Amino acid sequence: MTAIRSTAALRDAMGGYFRALGEAAERKTAPVAWCSSVGPVELLRALGFAVFFPENHAAMLGAARTAQRYMPIVHSQGYSPDICSYLTSDIGAYLAGETPLQAYGLPGIPKADVLVFNTNQCRDVRDWFEWYARRWNAPVIGVRSPRAIDDVTTNDVDGVTVQLEALVPALEAIAGVRLDAGRLAETVATSRRTSDLWETCLQSASRRPAPLNFFDGTVHMGPAVVMRGLDEANGYYQRLLAELGERARDGVAAVPGERYRLYWDGMPIWGRLRALSGLFAEFRTAVVASTYCNSWIFSALDPADPLRSMARASLELFIVRSEQPKVRYIEAMVRRYQVDGVIFHDCRTCPSNSNARYGMPRRVSEELGIPTLVLDGDVNDLRCFSDEQARTNIEGFVEQLADVRPVRMDAS
Amino acid sequence: MTCWAGIDSGSWATKAVVIDAEARVLGTAVVRSGADLSGAAERAYLTALDEAKRATTDVSAVWATGFGRQSVTFADGSRTELDCHGRGVVHYVPGPIVVVDIGGQDAKVIRLDDTGRRLAHRMNRKCAAGTGSFLDEIALRLGIEAYELDRLADGATEELELSSFCTVFAGTELLTLIRSGKRPADLASAAYRSLVMRISAMDVFPGRVVATGGVVAHHPHLVRMLADKLRSEVVVPPHPQEMGAFGAALAARDGAVAVGPEAHHDT
Repeated sequence: MTAIRSTAALRDAMGGYFRALGEAAERKTAPVAWCSSVGPVELLRALGFAVFFPENHAAMLGAARTAQRYMPIVHSQGYSPDICSYLTSDIGAYLAGETPLQAYGLPGIPKADVLVFNTNQCRDVRDWFEWYARRWNAPVIGVRSPRAIDDVTTNDVDGVTVQLEALVPALEAIAGVRLDAGRLAETVATSRRTSDLWETCLQSASRRPAPLNFFDGTVHMGPAVVMRGLDEANGYYQRLLAELGERARDGVAAVPGERYRLYWDGMPIWGRLRALSGLFAEFRTAVVASTYCNSWIFSALDPADPLRSMARASLELFIVRSEQPKVRYIEAMVRRYQVDGVIFHDCRTCPSNSNARYGMPRRVSEELGIPTLVLDGDVNDLRCFSDEQARTNIEGFVEQLADVRPVRMDAS
Repeated sequence: MTCWAGIDSGSWATKAVVIDAEARVLGTAVVRSGADLSGAAERAYLTALDEAKRATTDVSAVWATGFGRQSVTFADGSRTELDCHGRGVVHYVPGPIVVVDIGGQDAKVIRLDDTGRRLAHRMNRKCAAGTGSFLDEIALRLGIEAYELDRLADGATEELELSSFCTVFAGTELLTLIRSGKRPADLASAAYRSLVMRISAMDVFPGRVVATGGVVAHHPHLVRMLADKLRSEVVVPPHPQEMGAFGAALAARDGAVAVGPEAHHDT
């Protein structure tokens, strides 16, 4: 496998972000806001907040597999093993006094002056924020979004816009500044640019062979998650995009000898990312696209109508939608990326991001005429994942594809 | 005389089958897998060859399957047990069929079309309920060997329910039933009913059902209960416990396409 060279620049960009965040928290050069991963970050940045995303932090704990020793600490405090393992990993790490951010010079996670959620993804993120709010006596505010929506209606957008507007006075009071409409529009424009660049990066995988895959995406999505609204994110994605263009032109494959192409729905299994990446490569099968990496595409963002477009962007996301729009979305991805099958990760502790529970895999298979596979696991809790079962499931699935189409030569 | 062999390296037992060009079974073997999977595979292989009255030099190819398939270092290729159970069953029972394989650590439901091609599969979650391990746990609680459950259950007169959700909780429920004076025969039958409930919830079962695996081979009472529950004929083919190994031997004979690293020479 030819490594993506931009990874070094990614490390620099993420390191710069974490160090700046740490400095803001330590030296009080900027107020610190915690924000849920698809929350109203543009509003926070426009008010001068340094923004921390605990879900990104929890993913780091999962990838490092340290989550396994943190989660039981929180389970012992009455939080169920069946709730979000991001929540239990992150709070457990806090109680243990440990964080991977120490590698960036931060003594701990940055203490929040305010915690801002959007329930468009789940309820757990609010419960998570409220734990810290009680600890630090910090305010928790946010947006309570409708869920399982069909088409995004004007009423839906109105409802969220009103809630975003209602956040402004509280955030202004904490930040000590008035919201500058021009700065908000600029931040939304920058964020939209990040979204467009990230989307173009991901779409490069529609080429055969794909120059990047899902596993690369889960690493390179970092700036799209935590640096939205910052120019540094766009600088990074311009560089990555140029490299992906070169790889596509030169036929450099994320999975050498790519024979089969799959779509991944659901959360990554952070603690097994490398192992699964190697396993799919062994079978010369590229996971070329995913719901997860696409979740940081906010095409509705519009600097001409900042808050309203933020509301719409937050509601158009896959996770907020009802079953039928989700199936239609997967259908569009199957066509765009020319995939041979779809894997649904049934994430034990994340029902919101698990789409195998109401019969969708069978409907997708029947409606799109392609095979689907349900893989049991979890985003962070590896007790819910069996390496052997996963291997047999995945290998058996690739066998099934191979029986339909025994050999696929690489094509560009 | 040219022959082909298949090895199924399972969690509890390693099975070997030797076949001739017409897929006639010449020899079989079942040994405990233990901790030395490679050694168990070799023992099973040599025992089956001995029964087949063949030497290793007579064997054209050996293929492996089962969770320990990668430990069968002398194999020429491998396919998953999902493939090999389906492949083996279709030799005896034409599709469309649904194969139910119940092994020591997992249960599988495999749907095959009229040509024997796999349409979909389901495996049990990371949980012992619905597998042979569940029956082992229940037998342990009853103080008998697992194989004795079958004979015991034949004498059942009362229809009792045991949880099909968790093996450990089912064990504690069993203790409650024992304390309330329930008969061992009815408890054995309840254990099978629990397992059948779990299996029947794994998928839909259109058409003919074929059952394989070590649990099926040793627990005919379970097969009868499964047929009642599914309201369908449940066919048990020859050599149900060795069906995966038989399928692997067929893969060896037919030169199946492997998808793992050994397949990389094909492009």
